[in-house]
Amino acid sequence: MVTGKVGFVPSHLDQLGDAVPVVVRLPNILRPIASGEASVNAEGATVRAVFDDLVRRYPGLRPSLLTPEGDMHRHLNVFVNDDDVRYLGKLEAKVGDADTLTLMPAVAGG
Amino acid sequence: MGRYDSVLDTIGNTPLVDISELSPNPRVQVLIKLEGLNPAGSVKDRAAKSMIEEAEKNGSLLPGQRIVESSSGNTAAGLAMIAKLKGYPFTAVVPENVSIERTKLLRAFGAEIIVSPAAEGSNGAMRRAQALAGQHPDWWFSFQYGNPANPRAHYEGTGPEIWRDCPEVSHFVAGLGTAGTIIGVGRFLKERNPSVQVWAVQPPAGETVEGLKNLDEGFIPPVFTDNDGYCLLDRSRVVGPRESIEWARRLAGAGVFAGLSTGAAMAGVARCALEIDAGTIVTVSPDGGWKYLSTDVWSGDLDDVVERARHELYF
Repeated sequence: MVTGKVGFVPSHLDQLGDAVPVVVRLPNILRPIASGEASVNAEGATVRAVFDDLVRRYPGLRPSLLTPEGDMHRHLNVFVNDDDVRYLGKLEAKVGDADTLTLMPAVAGG
Repeated sequence: MGRYDSVLDTIGNTPLVDISELSPNPRVQVLIKLEGLNPAGSVKDRAAKSMIEEAEKNGSLLPGQRIVESSSGNTAAGLAMIAKLKGYPFTAVVPENVSIERTKLLRAFGAEIIVSPAAEGSNGAMRRAQALAGQHPDWWFSFQYGNPANPRAHYEGTGPEIWRDCPEVSHFVAGLGTAGTIIGVGRFLKERNPSVQVWAVQPPAGETVEGLKNLDEGFIPPVFTDNDGYCLLDRSRVVGPRESIEWARRLAGAGVFAGLSTGAAMAGVARCALEIDAGTIVTVSPDGGWKYLSTDVWSGDLDDVVERARHELYF
């Protein structure tokens, strides 16, 4: 329940650059474009680095992750663990070792 | 409490109750506003009344005109009740995977119900309502996701009530559906005290949106974007069905019989309480537990209830 470590990267991981391993959970609509599985592994110390790694592994994902200008897709919500990265620095939000990145489409409620 | 000329006059002015015994941090006070005590059973009575009365005032809703809205249940219930009182026929587009109590409640208020596919979720219901409004130009589409009278109900009602009852509020935590509550209350509180933090709680989209063909079919309510929601909010957390159910059960233990969206809001409150040193968190209980009884939220095996909740629309 305590998620105070979100955004905190242990110093020893800083030295590894982009090599922080994370699990990325994909919504149904993105699974066929990737491995078909509900989650995939990727590496990166920021959301941007993880996205770059995902696009390297699954180039078809790019238009779902990023706009042509390289910003976050408007209808994609990205959570580090349970925390929406739009309020944590967006693509520059830090991702730590053993964090889970969850991707979800923006949908209505009410 | 007292004597009223109309049920409509009983909308709002709901109690704010201290439930700090549920706070995981002894230095954090938690208060919850019981919106389930509104006459049609939810916080959405406020938006429904505000949208209808504004449309009457500006002439876009004429006597006897049919009202149409898409809703997972609560907004439709508020609109149905008010429409019945004021003599407007009402059509609700409701996803088929809402609990049975919701459609039964709508029928009690005489609403016509059009069911939209479960797989399309609230987005699909909204598209259907938009299409119906397009086909019937003589109908009035209240469009809760984009109607400024929705957040205004909270800017002029819920927000001032919270400020009146709890001026020491340091954090406001609420669910994100149409964004009406969080935008209206959040803006009001920040205008009074800019240091108030506003945290949103979202349900996981997951299984309810299999009908989306691609991300471009996603939807962000204009109520959120038109009001600089990204600037207003300080944090946004996603909360799953299991936690929502566990918190609904804990709330019942504290005498608060509330729905799953309240459970989700409380899960968000607990995270907030654990991350701050001290403060006063105010949250909103959107509805009571009545419309969830058929889903065995309080009595069933937790795993079974979680599995059912994954397929049911409760926001």
